[in-house]
Amino acid sequence: MSVAPAFARAREEGRAALVGYLPAGFPSVAGGIEALRVLVDAGCDVIEVGLPYSDPVMDGPTVQAAAQQALDGGVRTSDVLRTVEAVAATGTPTVVMTYWNPVERYGVERFAADLASAGGAGLITPDLTPDSGSGWVEAADRHDLDKIFLVAPSSTDERLAMTTSACRGFVYATAVMGVTGARATTSDLAPPLVARTREVTDLPIGVGLGVSTGAQAAEIAAYADGVIVGSALVRVLLDHPDDPPAGVRRLAQLTTELAEGVRRGGALRGDLARA
Amino acid sequence: MTGFDADERGWFGDFGGRFMPEALVAALDELTVAWQEAMADPAFVAEFEAVLRDYAGVPSRLYDATRFAEHAGCRILLKREDLNHTGAHKIRNVMGQALLTKRMGKTRVIAETGAGQHGVASATAAAYFGLDCTVYMGSVDTRRQALNVARMNLLGATVVPVDSGSATLKDAINEALRDWVASVDHTAYLFGTAAGPHPFPSMVRDFTRGIGDEARAQCLELTGRLPDAVAACVGGGSNAIGLFTAFLDDPEVAIHGYEAGGDGVDTGRHAATIVAGDSGVLHGARTYVLQDDDGQTIESHSISAGLDYPGVGPQHAHLAASGRATYHPVTDAEAMDALALLSRTEGIIPAIESAHALAGALRLAKELAAEKGPEATILVNLSGRGDKDMGTAIEWFGLDGAAAPTGGEGDVS
Ligand SMILES: Cc1ncc(COP(=O)(O)O)c(C=O)c1O
Repeated sequence: MSVAPAFARAREEGRAALVGYLPAGFPSVAGGIEALRVLVDAGCDVIEVGLPYSDPVMDGPTVQAAAQQALDGGVRTSDVLRTVEAVAATGTPTVVMTYWNPVERYGVERFAADLASAGGAGLITPDLTPDSGSGWVEAADRHDLDKIFLVAPSSTDERLAMTTSACRGFVYATAVMGVTGARATTSDLAPPLVARTREVTDLPIGVGLGVSTGAQAAEIAAYADGVIVGSALVRVLLDHPDDPPAGVRRLAQLTTELAEGVRRGGALRGDLARA
Repeated sequence: MTGFDADERGWFGDFGGRFMPEALVAALDELTVAWQEAMADPAFVAEFEAVLRDYAGVPSRLYDATRFAEHAGCRILLKREDLNHTGAHKIRNVMGQALLTKRMGKTRVIAETGAGQHGVASATAAAYFGLDCTVYMGSVDTRRQALNVARMNLLGATVVPVDSGSATLKDAINEALRDWVASVDHTAYLFGTAAGPHPFPSMVRDFTRGIGDEARAQCLELTGRLPDAVAACVGGGSNAIGLFTAFLDDPEVAIHGYEAGGDGVDTGRHAATIVAGDSGVLHGARTYVLQDDDGQTIESHSISAGLDYPGVGPQHAHLAASGRATYHPVTDAEAMDALALLSRTEGIIPAIESAHALAGALRLAKELAAEKGPEATILVNLSGRGDKDMGTAIEWFGLDGAAAPTGGEGDVS
C-alpha cells in the first residue's frame, strides 16, 4: 500500500491533497474510528492515525490532551492497528503517525508486518530520522510501506537530500520551528522550505503544523502538494466532550471547509502557473 | 579516552544514538562541533577549570570516613561533592554547559529539573554568566520542592510548572524539548544529566569526569594505591559517570552503581531502570527504560527526587551490558538508614541520592572485607548534601523539629 495514488489523483485534479490526523482511541476506540471515517467522507485524501504515546515531545497541548485521554482510556497498540484496518477498509490510504519507542517495543519487523496486513500505507515518524539506525527503513521496504520522514526549516540542504532520499509516499515539511498546534497565521518559513525540498526530490511535499482553516489550507495548497491538519480537528472533538454527535457534525463541517480550501488553493496555483 | 567511549554518532555499543525530531538535529550537530572544539581548546579548558576552582570550590576533598567505616567493615573514602557551591556535583556540568553557551554566542538557557537541584545549579550558572534562564519543573515537584522554586526565583530564573503527563521530571524534559524546538536559534538546553541524545551523554560526562580524575589521584596520594571498588548513585547517571570514567581502564577497580529501589523492585514502585527496565528509546537515546508492554513510559518511584527518573544514561546501559560496571537497587529504607548513619558517625548529612551509594557501599563492604580483609577500600561519591532533604527526613524519621526536653538551645554537649 502507498499514499502515492491519492497524491497522484489530487495532482491530476490540479489541487493539493488533504491529509487529516486524529489519534486512535480518542475519545474511545470506536469513537475514534467513527471520527476518522467522518474525515474520509468529508473529503480527506489521506488519513493519519496517531498512536498515543506517554512522552510526545513534538506535540502541543491539544494533541497531548487527546493522546492522554486515549491512554487513560486504556488504548493499546493493537487498538491502533485495529483502527487502521477499519479506516483503510474505506479505500482511503491510511498511515500511522508514531513516536519510535512503541514501534521498537512491539518489534520493528512485527509492526511493519501487522501494519501492512491491516492495510496501512506506512508510517510518519516525528522523532526518527533516517540516519538514526533504527531498522525501520529496511522493515518498511520489506513490507512495501511508505516511510514519511520530516524536514524542518532548520534542515541543512545536505540533510534535506539525505532525508528525502529515504522517504517514500510523501515528504512531511514542518511549517514552523515548533510543536503541533493550531496557529492564527500561516508560517513564512514554509514556502522557502518547500522550495528547497523540491530541489532535491520529486516526491509530493505535504505541509503541516498550525493549519486550522480553509483559508490557510488554500494558501498552502498554492505551493505544496499536501495540506496536513491535526490539532484543529482534535480541538473540535475536545470542545464537544458532552455532545459527541455535535462534535462529529462540526468535524465534518471543518473538513469540508478544508477540502474546499485545498481546491481553491489549487486553482490559485493554476493562476500562478499561467501568470 | 577510554575503551567505553561512544563512536562519532554517539553510540555506546547498542545504546545511545540520537532519536530526535529533525528540527533539532542541526542544533545538536552544531553543539557537537562546538563541544569537541572547546574540549580541544586549552583556553576553554583552562577557563572551565578556573571557574570551577574559584567559584565552585573544586577540587572537592577526599575524606577518610573512619567512624562510618567501623560500621562497614572496610575502609570508606568519600568524595566530598557535597561541599561544592550549590551543594552537589551538578555545578560542574552546568558551569561547563553555560561556558559553552557563551562561546556559542547564545543568550538564553533552558533546563529541566526534578527536585530542583539541576534547576538551582542552572539558575546559578545563568546568573554567573549573565544569561536568561527558564526552568521547567513538573507541577507535582514545584509543590514538593517549593524552597528550590524560591531559590531559582531569587537567582533570577523563570520557573514554569508543567502539568502534562505525570507532571514530574520526564514531563519537564518533554516540555523543555518543546521550548527548544521553537527557540533553538538563540537558546541552549542545559541538560541535567548524562542522558538524552548525542552529544549530551558524552558532553555531560566530560564536564563531570573531574570527580573521578581528582578522586583517583587523591586516593593514590592518600593510600598509595587504587581503591578496590568505586560506588555512586545512578539517576540519569551524571555523578556516577563522572566518578567511573577515571577508573574504566583500571580492571582491578570494581565499579558499582546504585539505583533507586523505592519500595523494593518486586513491588513495581521503584526507579531501578537498569536492574528492572528493558531496552527502549526515551528522550532521544536508546537505553534501559521503565516501560509497559506497549512501550509507554511507566512512572518511577523513589524517596529521592533526583533518582526518580524512568530512564538512564546510555553509557551506563553499555557499561552494564558489557559487564564493566554492576548496578544494584537500594530501597528507600536502606538509603534513609545510611543517611542517618553518616549523619551520626561523621557529622555529614548527605543528600538522599548520595545515601543510596552509601547504603550500597555498606553492603559491598561486607563482601569485600570477607574477600580481602579490612584494608579493602571503597571510594564513594558523596554527590550532594542533604539540606534540601530535611522535609523528607522530618517525615521519614518522625522528627518534629521541637527541642529535646533536656538541653536547651546552644547546648552542644
Ligand atoms: C545530590 C545528587 N546526587 C545525584 C543526583 C542524580 O543525578 P545523576 O544520576 O545525574 O548524578 C542528583 C539529582 O538531582 C542529586 O541532586
